[in-house]
This record gives sequence, C-alpha cells and structure tokens, in this order.
Amino acid sequence: MLVVNTENVPGFTIREVKGLVQGNTVRAKHIGRDIVAGLKNLVGGELTGYTELLTEARRQAMERMLAQAQQLGANAVVNVRFATAAVTQGAAELYCYGTAVVIQ
Amino acid sequence: MFEVLFGVVPFLFLLGLGYGVGTWRERNHLRALSAREKEFTDIRISTIQTVPDPETVREASLVSGGVVIAADYFKTTAAQIRKLVGGEMGVIRTLVERAQREATLRLLAEARRMGATEVWNIRYETSSIRGADKYQAAASVELFVYGTAVVRQ
Repeated sequence: MLVVNTENVPGFTIREVKGLVQGNTVRAKHIGRDIVAGLKNLVGGELTGYTELLTEARRQAMERMLAQAQQLGANAVVNVRFATAAVTQGAAELYCYGTAVVIQ
Repeated sequence: MFEVLFGVVPFLFLLGLGYGVGTWRERNHLRALSAREKEFTDIRISTIQTVPDPETVREASLVSGGVVIAADYFKTTAAQIRKLVGGEMGVIRTLVERAQREATLRLLAEARRMGATEVWNIRYETSSIRGADKYQAAASVELFVYGTAVVRQ
C-alpha cells in the first residue's frame, strides 16, 4: 500500500477513486509519564515518553486508515492529512484521513 | 519571617536551576541541531504539493517526525510574567524553533533510510497531549511534521 500526502502518486496514474478513508485514535499516557514530565519541566528537554505516545498514536491512526483502504480494494492512499484535537486532557488525539485510490 | 523564607527560597532555587541547567541544555541542543542539519543538506524539502518530473520517480512514501519538548522552570515563570505585560514570548519561541528543527531532522532521517533525495508537501502540525490548560500549554511544545519522500531513478 502506497501512502503519500501529495495529490497523486508521482510516476503513477490514478485509475479509480475509491473514496475517503480515515482513522483516528485517542491514546492516554500513564501517570508515570506525567511525573517524569513534571520533573523535566524544571530543567527542560525532550519528553521522550510523550514523543513515543505521539508517534504511536500517529501510527495507529494511519493503520486504521490503511485497513479501511484495504477493505475498499485500494492500493494507495493519496492526499493524506493529519489533524489533532484536545478534547481530553492528557491524551494524544489524532485524526488521519486521505483518499483511497487504485493506481497503475 | 520563616514562612516567607520557606516560600521564597525553593522558588529561587528552582528558578536558578531552570535557568542554569535549562539554558545549558538548550545551548547543547541548538549546537547538536546545527551539526545534524549539515548531514542532510543533500535532501531537498519543500511545501510544494506537486512533484515535478514524475516520470523519473522510483518510489514515493509518507515520512514523518515528531517531538515533544518541555520548557524549564525559568521559561515557564518568564512566560507567566510576560502574560501580564503582553508581547512576544521569546523564551517559548526558541522552544518552538528547537521542536521544529528536531522534528524536521527526524523526518529527514526517515527519508534518508529509504534513500530519498527529496521530500515534498511538508506539513507541520501541533498537538496538545498535555492539554490546553493555562499553565500546561506553555510548559511544553508538541510538534510533528510529515511529507512525501521521493526516490529518483
């Protein structure tokens, strides 16, 4: 499965548009990471726990989007976009969407 | 008298710790960023959506990078004071710059792993794992970036 965030896959032509596919996730962090983050806030620096959470959330949202595309019988997803929300405090909320297509 | 001492001394200690260690860490990070950026000068990145010369493209794939960087105690306090008088939050601005450069480097590293020489349609996105709370929002910067890496023939 090819995934790009450009409008078409360079070097390929789109044969068929299967429609919008999307995936989302809300992943909470555990309290231990909060405590570490609180301490890190004294001296500054990267919050590796949160970075991991963000990466993990991004991957999960994308996997769900790809599963949808697979179901539609697509072999690529173009024009992928990510969006974030802040409904729940202390969780990574990610939304990923794109257009499932058949390329040749 | 003692109450005042117990209130002020820890505050000043944390402020000093934040300023000393925080500034030192920031300087180290910025130096490391400049050094690592030199390694990726051969990869071109842009926000342009359409990839030129599509016929020579061998491979295209989504790449991404992300980072969450915390502010130190001094930065957070300075930001709180800045809120009283308004104006640019310089201490937080450098934090955003660091996050942006770090995230970009991680994207470039991923592009390098697949042998790409170009990354098109770069988009930056912020998140707020720590919430949009008044204090928390200034306490850390969360950034991620994504784009389409292209391998030429």
